[in-house]
Amino acid sequence: MIRSSRQSAGNLPDINQRNAAWYIDKLVQYLVFLSGISAIVLIVGIFIFVTIEGLGFLFEDFSFREFFLSPWWEPTDDDEPTYGILALMAGTASVTGLAMLVAIPFSLGSAIYIAEFATGRKREYLKILIELLAAIPSVVWGFIGLTIMNPLIIDIFDVPVGLNILNAGIILGLMAAPIMTSISEDALKAVPDRYREAAEALGGTRWQVIYKTILPAAKNGLLGGVLLGVGRGFGETMAVLMATGHAINIPGSVFDSVRALTATIAAELGETAVGSPHYQALFTIGIFLFSITFIINLTADLIVRGIRKS
Amino acid sequence: MDNTNVVDNQFLETKLNISAKRTETLFRILFMIMAALLILPVLIILTTLVVKGGSMLSWDFLFSDPVNGMTEGGIFPALLGTVWLVGVALIISVPVGVAAALYLSEYAPDNWFTRAINLAIINLAGVPSIVHALFGVGAFVIFFGFGTSILAASMTLAVMTLPVVIVATRESLQAVPQAFREACWNMGATRWQTIRRVILPNSVSGILTGVILEVSRTTGETAPIMFTGAAFFIPVLPESVFDQTMALSLHLFVVSTQVPHVPEALPYGVALVLIMMVLLMNSASIALRMHLRGKKKW
Repeated sequence: MIRSSRQSAGNLPDINQRNAAWYIDKLVQYLVFLSGISAIVLIVGIFIFVTIEGLGFLFEDFSFREFFLSPWWEPTDDDEPTYGILALMAGTASVTGLAMLVAIPFSLGSAIYIAEFATGRKREYLKILIELLAAIPSVVWGFIGLTIMNPLIIDIFDVPVGLNILNAGIILGLMAAPIMTSISEDALKAVPDRYREAAEALGGTRWQVIYKTILPAAKNGLLGGVLLGVGRGFGETMAVLMATGHAINIPGSVFDSVRALTATIAAELGETAVGSPHYQALFTIGIFLFSITFIINLTADLIVRGIRKS
Repeated sequence: MDNTNVVDNQFLETKLNISAKRTETLFRILFMIMAALLILPVLIILTTLVVKGGSMLSWDFLFSDPVNGMTEGGIFPALLGTVWLVGVALIISVPVGVAAALYLSEYAPDNWFTRAINLAIINLAGVPSIVHALFGVGAFVIFFGFGTSILAASMTLAVMTLPVVIVATRESLQAVPQAFREACWNMGATRWQTIRRVILPNSVSGILTGVILEVSRTTGETAPIMFTGAAFFIPVLPESVFDQTMALSLHLFVVSTQVPHVPEALPYGVALVLIMMVLLMNSASIALRMHLRGKKKW
């Protein structure tokens, strides 16, 4: 030891010496950087590949007016196929809308209970159970809609078909609730404790503190959570395919069967010839879905980031 | 005496106080009921599946082929197919995901580019599963020429669940105290030596919880594999990654919607096996996380 230190004192080692460790370090840095940008590459890749497959339709049969304003989705019509997604958009919107009506109050209420009221064990168990709720696969949710909710809705509301907006909306609401709960809980937790202490020092009860101080302070985070939930509901596929009834319809009530954008792709892609207008039209719906969820996620992120800065 | 009375009265509850307390109790109970109603479905679903599908569970059901147009027999090809799909997806996504998390946690500077990567991760997690399926068809099945195969389906699944690995790994890497890194650098170690000898050993269990979570997510996915490699019914077992396969999640969809005259208990049995696999893995991940939190030394 002494010898080596004396040696280095006489002949200072070059700090930047390029031994094997140095080269391995550089190599790893390079590989890790390549993996690091994978998310960006994949997002761009998804957009490019989905767009390429839909391109033929966009340039030939696509008419903005027909695509967005016609309720007729009849791609297999021999004489004159029409590609209107208005009814499909109405289906997706109605199911997602009802899902949010279910999920927003319940996940907000649960988040407030977990973050502000529950303590110790009870809070841990609640969080675990909600995590398990989030783990149930969407095809199992669809199966639940088919086998449990369907007869239940027929019995309770005395309607002929139980596969409808109500069924899919409740299921989608339960699917979106866990993520909305956990993001809302994070938002509530992020409110500094001094806000609570100040409000309590003024004599507020816990509910007054929550209602007057914490909720306003956590507003943006809660909004971000709701938006992410909307994105989830919007893009859900298997559950809405199985529980909506899959009938093209502009709905008049929650007991109408509808068909969602995502479900249409899932149901029809397997039956179309690669490169046919129908196939390309399905990819065009994919571009539309991708763009909408991209905007929703971006907005949610900007809102959540906004609170972190302030 | 009079004086103390006055002081006492100040601390007596006024009507306003009492009504405020009542409101608090009311809301506390309301929110508790809401939380309970949110977790009630988990219990109802599990109970129903066990009651209606429990009778199907047997070694025979798990390890024999479906026969008679999938109305009888077992689920072995689907079970094995899911293992194939998840296994290949893991081989692809875990190295890339862990490396990406290493970059973000250990190398990336805090600038606009890193923020763009983080934004891309959030967006990748939010892309609808059916759009991932379209990407898989366009990229892996057609462009790279894998055809509808386990490889194409697994790559689609890997892309889809990459954010899960990245986020979980990044979290456990960042939980390693900065002092550990600094101590190691001061010994003259390179960044990679520090990562391999100090950071990874201290975060490997945390990464494992993320990987288990990813396995659970991948097992349940249906839409991304429908058109990329999973088939409704295949009479032979897959032999390589270029074969098509059956999958448990898709099998549940098929027997509950596409096949006529299926006995009622069969789809319940399939759903029960699927949900048990998923919940067991999730519980394992949660238990490991709890265990780690209890053991944490710093």
